[in-house]
Amino acid sequence: MQKAVIQLDTLTCPSCALKIEGAIKSLEGINKESVSVLFNSSKVKVEFDELKVNADQIGSAITKIGYDVLKTNVK
Amino acid sequence: MQKMIFKNKNRITLISGILITIAFTSHLGFKNELLFEILLIIASILGVLPIAIQAYQSLRVKVVSIDVLVTIAVVGAFLIQEYEESAIVTFLFLFGAYLEHRTLNKTRSAIKELISLAPETALKLMDTKEFEEVEIEDVNVNDILLVKTGSKVPVDGKVILGEGYVNQASITGESFPVHKYVGSMVYAGTILENGTLQIQADRVGEDTTFGKIIELVEEAQDSKSEAERFIDRFSKYYTPIVLLLSFIVWLISRDIELSIIILVLGCPGALVIGVPVSHVAGIGNGASHGILFKGSEVIQDFSKVDTIVFDKTGTLTIGNPEVAEVISYSNNFEEILTILLSIEKESDHPLSKAIIQYVGDRKTLDVKKTDVVKGGGIRAHIDEMNIAVGNYSLMKLENVKLSQSMIDDIERLEKQGNTIVLVSINQELQLLLGIKDQIRPNVKEDLIKLRKMGVKKLILLSGDNQTTVDNVSKELNLSEAHGNMLPEDKAHFIEKLQKEGEIVAFVGDGVNDSPSIALAHIGIAMGSGTDVAIETSNVVLMNSDFSRLVHALGLTKATTSNMIQNIVIAIGVVLFLLFNVFFSEWMNMSIGMLVHEGSILVVIINGMRLLNYKLK
Repeated sequence: MQKAVIQLDTLTCPSCALKIEGAIKSLEGINKESVSVLFNSSKVKVEFDELKVNADQIGSAITKIGYDVLKTNVK
Repeated sequence: MQKMIFKNKNRITLISGILITIAFTSHLGFKNELLFEILLIIASILGVLPIAIQAYQSLRVKVVSIDVLVTIAVVGAFLIQEYEESAIVTFLFLFGAYLEHRTLNKTRSAIKELISLAPETALKLMDTKEFEEVEIEDVNVNDILLVKTGSKVPVDGKVILGEGYVNQASITGESFPVHKYVGSMVYAGTILENGTLQIQADRVGEDTTFGKIIELVEEAQDSKSEAERFIDRFSKYYTPIVLLLSFIVWLISRDIELSIIILVLGCPGALVIGVPVSHVAGIGNGASHGILFKGSEVIQDFSKVDTIVFDKTGTLTIGNPEVAEVISYSNNFEEILTILLSIEKESDHPLSKAIIQYVGDRKTLDVKKTDVVKGGGIRAHIDEMNIAVGNYSLMKLENVKLSQSMIDDIERLEKQGNTIVLVSINQELQLLLGIKDQIRPNVKEDLIKLRKMGVKKLILLSGDNQTTVDNVSKELNLSEAHGNMLPEDKAHFIEKLQKEGEIVAFVGDGVNDSPSIALAHIGIAMGSGTDVAIETSNVVLMNSDFSRLVHALGLTKATTSNMIQNIVIAIGVVLFLLFNVFFSEWMNMSIGMLVHEGSILVVIINGMRLLNYKLK
């Protein structure tokens, strides 16, 4: 399991957070319990299985539904 | 295509605004109905694109978002050929989103500023024996780093070379520069005002004190209160219900216009955004005043506090004993002070520190032999003098003669809460010192303010003796004061108060008081953001300025009432709009959208007021 913290462009509506959460959870290899989208700090925290999915894929899933990814940290 | 549309969302908003303006000019000015309609059709299609894509994306992840409601409404209006409505509604929705983006950034600015203080690069000693600039992520524990004048200390670490003055305001709130030399600890995020330091990294990144503070504030702003969780659950079902409602209205009335108006009016924007906005602005104001709140739950609890329990030393008092009174029984006061200093210099007792500070720097004498009497003081020889410095029992032991007036003096100072230090030379008492931990300046006024804000009881609990505690209590006009209390006694006392149904805040210095801090409804740590304090408390007052406590309480009350205002505005607007759909003639989709977007901006701007909150 790896943990990623993804900084997004400012989120403006709380329902955006729901959408992003849904998009990430639909990916393979995501620890669904761990997904948290922080509305005010516009950040995503997520744990994932690095054998099944990588941080770039998570990032592009977010970009695909229309939110810019500014920075990704994996540890 | 999608990306392009999102990227140009602002441009689309602008173009659609221009098209609508031209359309209305041609309609009103030139009566050109055809151009009017064509322009509005273009504006509608252009404007609905980004909204519809968002709607599609959210439906794909099974969320009925506001975009879905708006898209259906616009498509509906388009189908019944209400191009005016569809164009204006899309424009208002996009323009509103743009303004929300701008204003929301403002409400978050205080916290952003704090985060921007985090160091990003460091000068690291490489294998080449030279310092090179590297990203902060590439700095590891035990790396040697160079800090130049004017730059940020990149990590928590120890100075190994050089000296300088560091402004530690980001950690302690205290902007007076602190002298750092070989062996001193320096902290990430503080600024080297002059000098050059080489430091060895002890803790890096998120493990540094500053890193922990940032993480705390970031988590706090997104932690949800009960009210917010409720609104979240509510909005998850709310939008589908609105969709259903409008469908039912259409089934019954067969009036498409009415049912799409309901879709637009039903958007829950102001309600879902109102509470988080107040919350983030309140936490942001706190952060910029050196007050860290751990979450919005804390803000709401703190605003309702009835009882505040204080620790004494370091909280109500400075925690740094000082000589408060001196009575001399000799003709040669100055010489006695020199003798006293010479002896105290040999000791590292806290009382010695107070005495050394009081006497000041002067030339000292040669002390021949000192011997420490446990629980009594020090015996020493200077030249032919046989000197004793210590308490009453040491004087007894030394057979020092005490007159009745001397004993009266001792008793008087003791009653005032002083610790007594006596100095004798050859069995003759020369000097009486009363040493006292001073009450912090302005504490009395601050406590009066707390009472005015509705705190019913102010209680002091201390490990100190009852006389000292009573004196502090009398001076500060506290409700209750209890001495001789161990940390676990304090915790029991707080438990008892809470069982009586009171909402209790405990203010302590965060180290030995952690059981009480953890137990109280609101645990408040005063001091310089030590790790223990940050972890166990709910509120951290970053520097030791007592007035921050008053600001903190005022701020929580302001934030809580701001949240309530926002909820009332949001619900009020929806009710008002719905009422007018059914009972007025002038309501239509565009007006509904205008009022709706307006109410979102109103709650954001209302929240923004909290950023400027100051105590009157």
